[in-house]
Amino acid sequence: MDQNSATYEGQQMYDPKGWWDTYVFSQDHKVIALQYVCVALAIGLTGMFLSLLMRMQLGFPGLFESIDAGSYYQDVTMHGMIMVIYLLTALFLGGFGNYLIPLMLGCRDMAFPFVNMLSFWMYFLSVIILVASFFVESGPTGAGWTLYPPQSILEGTPGADGAGIILMLASLAVFIVAFTMGGLNYITTVLQSRAKGMTLMRMPLIIWCIFLATFLGLLAFPALLVGAIMLIFDRVLETSFFMPEIFKGGEVLDYGGGSPVLFQHLFWFFGHPEVYIIALPAFGIISELISVHARKNIFGYNMMVWALIAIAGIAFIVWAHHMYVAGMNPYLGFFFATTTLIIAVPTAIKVYNWVLTLWNANIKMTVPMLYCLAFLVTFLNGGLTGLFLGNVAVDVPLSDTYFVVGHFHMVMAVSPVLALFGGLYHWYPSVTGRMLDDTLGKIHFWITFVGTYLIYFPMHYIGFLGVPRRYYSNEQYDFIPQSVADLNQFITICALIVGAAQFILLYNFIKSYYKGAIAPKNPWGACTLEWQTLESPPGHGNWGEQLPVVYRWPYEYGLPEATADFVPQNVPDEQIT
Amino acid sequence: MAFVIVTAIIVIGTVLWNFVSPWWFSPLASNWGFLDTTILISLVITGIAFVLISVFILYCLVKFPYREGHKSEYEPENPALELKLTIITTIGVIALLAPGLYAWKLYVELPTDALEVEGVGQQWVWSYRFPGEDGVYGSTSGRLFSSKNTFGLDPDDPYGQDDILIRSGEVHLPINNKVVFQLRSKDVLHDFYVPQFRAKMDLVPGQQSNLWFEPTLLGTYEVACAEYCGTGHYAMRGVVVVDTQEDFNSWLAEQPTFADTMNEGANGEQIVQTLGCVACHSIDGSDGIGPTWRDTYGTNRSLSSGETVVVDEDYIKTSIVNPMSQIAQGYAPVMPAYATLSEEELTAITDYIKTLSE
Repeated sequence: MDQNSATYEGQQMYDPKGWWDTYVFSQDHKVIALQYVCVALAIGLTGMFLSLLMRMQLGFPGLFESIDAGSYYQDVTMHGMIMVIYLLTALFLGGFGNYLIPLMLGCRDMAFPFVNMLSFWMYFLSVIILVASFFVESGPTGAGWTLYPPQSILEGTPGADGAGIILMLASLAVFIVAFTMGGLNYITTVLQSRAKGMTLMRMPLIIWCIFLATFLGLLAFPALLVGAIMLIFDRVLETSFFMPEIFKGGEVLDYGGGSPVLFQHLFWFFGHPEVYIIALPAFGIISELISVHARKNIFGYNMMVWALIAIAGIAFIVWAHHMYVAGMNPYLGFFFATTTLIIAVPTAIKVYNWVLTLWNANIKMTVPMLYCLAFLVTFLNGGLTGLFLGNVAVDVPLSDTYFVVGHFHMVMAVSPVLALFGGLYHWYPSVTGRMLDDTLGKIHFWITFVGTYLIYFPMHYIGFLGVPRRYYSNEQYDFIPQSVADLNQFITICALIVGAAQFILLYNFIKSYYKGAIAPKNPWGACTLEWQTLESPPGHGNWGEQLPVVYRWPYEYGLPEATADFVPQNVPDEQIT
Repeated sequence: MAFVIVTAIIVIGTVLWNFVSPWWFSPLASNWGFLDTTILISLVITGIAFVLISVFILYCLVKFPYREGHKSEYEPENPALELKLTIITTIGVIALLAPGLYAWKLYVELPTDALEVEGVGQQWVWSYRFPGEDGVYGSTSGRLFSSKNTFGLDPDDPYGQDDILIRSGEVHLPINNKVVFQLRSKDVLHDFYVPQFRAKMDLVPGQQSNLWFEPTLLGTYEVACAEYCGTGHYAMRGVVVVDTQEDFNSWLAEQPTFADTMNEGANGEQIVQTLGCVACHSIDGSDGIGPTWRDTYGTNRSLSSGETVVVDEDYIKTSIVNPMSQIAQGYAPVMPAYATLSEEELTAITDYIKTLSE
């Protein structure tokens, strides 16, 4: 045994030796979680900035000469990729997953702390590679975040002739390595390291969500990995996995026999579960927040767990609903439309159970609760429009129009981000020991909620009109009226305001870290274990000498026989009065 | 309370918007009205769900606000209620899915009594082929494409000689006549989409995809590429003209057959159409992805390298063969190199550009 390791109840801990070990190359899950959060938020701000550049072109065409068609498509591509993978996936699983799994399950750390640290540094490396692509000749790839070949690796697409596309694919490959390291850790920790009494069916729903999202990731990311590697081969070694015979620039290229649709299958076999990799942790945050702040037990816990498992399972057989008009065998549409609409049933059950949790509750309108309720509205909206696009024939006129942009931003950008903000406000006291400023929180909430709704809701209707997405300019088209340009201007102004409002959150984080009110140990009166630690914020090893023992499920709010309106998980029956 | 009021406004606004929205379906010009119906069915069913659930949330917020010392009701499960909700949801989903699948069956079963047209995409222009008098398409191969044989037709195939080639991006169709489009691409993914026809399908290089519709309204419609296909994606505009049968017949009779096109000499105007140059370089003076050709010959041009050159024959030919060497100031370096054009073809293009400055 290392002399720097302390032992609790026979469990070996790696203790940091100095500043570098504590804050940089730390193996403590809480520090790693913070590292993930900070890097993800930083790259997320970059992604937001890119979206604003894109909006400037759409709202005020030609105002910035530097935004030409090429750089517009680069902004679109990098915005999408950054937000989906490097912000949301990393922040939900790397950030929330790392912080909450050991604390909520009553363990001292992740099962493999060293691998956990490596996971973060690999993620950091993938972000560096991604950012590097902005600085190479001809810039980052502008192939669209789906990176469809052949155009992603052929001239005529920004970044295809330079290193842009290769760096993008390489960064994804490194990210997947990072995810795999983190993911195996989460799975092992959940299955092996739970505190005494913490049965699977006593786990907080957010842990179920992160656990299942990790499963999805571990099974789905390999499809993207092989797709990315094969695409690098096509680009660098001139193999033809995805490249048929192509006539371009006046000549027949040296490719032949490959299938572009094959890449789309690989991409979406990853890409659809990816939607749930983001959505499930958001579901989890909402499940926690709504119960704590409504002071009521979550409704239908068992059903919630089974619905999650159903969603995670079905998520693997719906991927081709992204490809109804992609030129695959059209008869596959019958199958994928059916599975896609079936997945709406367990998803609806989750929504019902959240809103039924509010029934006969004792609802506290805290800032996290506001985010939570706003999530319900936007997720409901975005989820329901998914029923249009999943329903094959209905998808035909709407596919690749602004309806799709409105839908997926509502369901997979606005909703998860609202859940994310709710989660940040909720757990900030646990991390820092201080409360966030309520007034600033409310201002940030109102601008974000109303602003994003105004941005994405009208997009559905220009989608009805048939305005295609990924258009740098609509000017040439007679069927697109001037009113669409006016709307674009309005949306851009909203986007600028919402973008600026995010600095309120940032300011709140920094200000409250130094000057916020000192948080009580369990400020929200929550039952879950992360609020029941000896010290607050929890120290290295989380629990001091004694690991917690779990006696009940995590949503014991309003128990009639108890004196308080909540009973923490580690309180035995004898002590509840 | 603020949340209840604002959210109530959002919910009411969301519903009312459907009745006042200035943006709605483009006027229908094909047989696919049923697709609009499926959208409306979806709007009604999902709208009801949206309103019911939102109202329930708002009701709870009004009815059960926080009271100090009060305890919420303890009710972890209610299997009967959960089962009921699951059944209602399943019924709703079936009500959505059934018309959807029925419409899809109509959409994917190609009619046998239809006019056949082949749609061909390339960056960033559309072209079309009719099977000609014999009603049979000549065979094609990706290896046979050239700047002259832009459809990759087999010159030895007797069926191909009478195929009618539309190289200008404007195709005519007869009204009230079913049309089957066989779609293929020369280079990257594209998507044939006419908003007024509702139908849409990707063009994939190396394979064929199909789409059918029946134009029901005379007029001129725009084809908007709906699958991202590179920098010029937004400029890949085409035109479909729906004619009466007689007008269509006389238009078709004027179009060249494959045999005709193989016998014509190098024609600059034709080459720039078939290579897709005009998607980026306008001939009417408007700005595009690349500089316009109108009134440009003989003028001075600033390059991104800082030099200034005269737009002469030499500059034009170099720019076609090796575009990256002389990128014009203010334009993205995205033009592919057309290195295999013959000297005769280069001269024909240059001569054509000269005529635009007269």
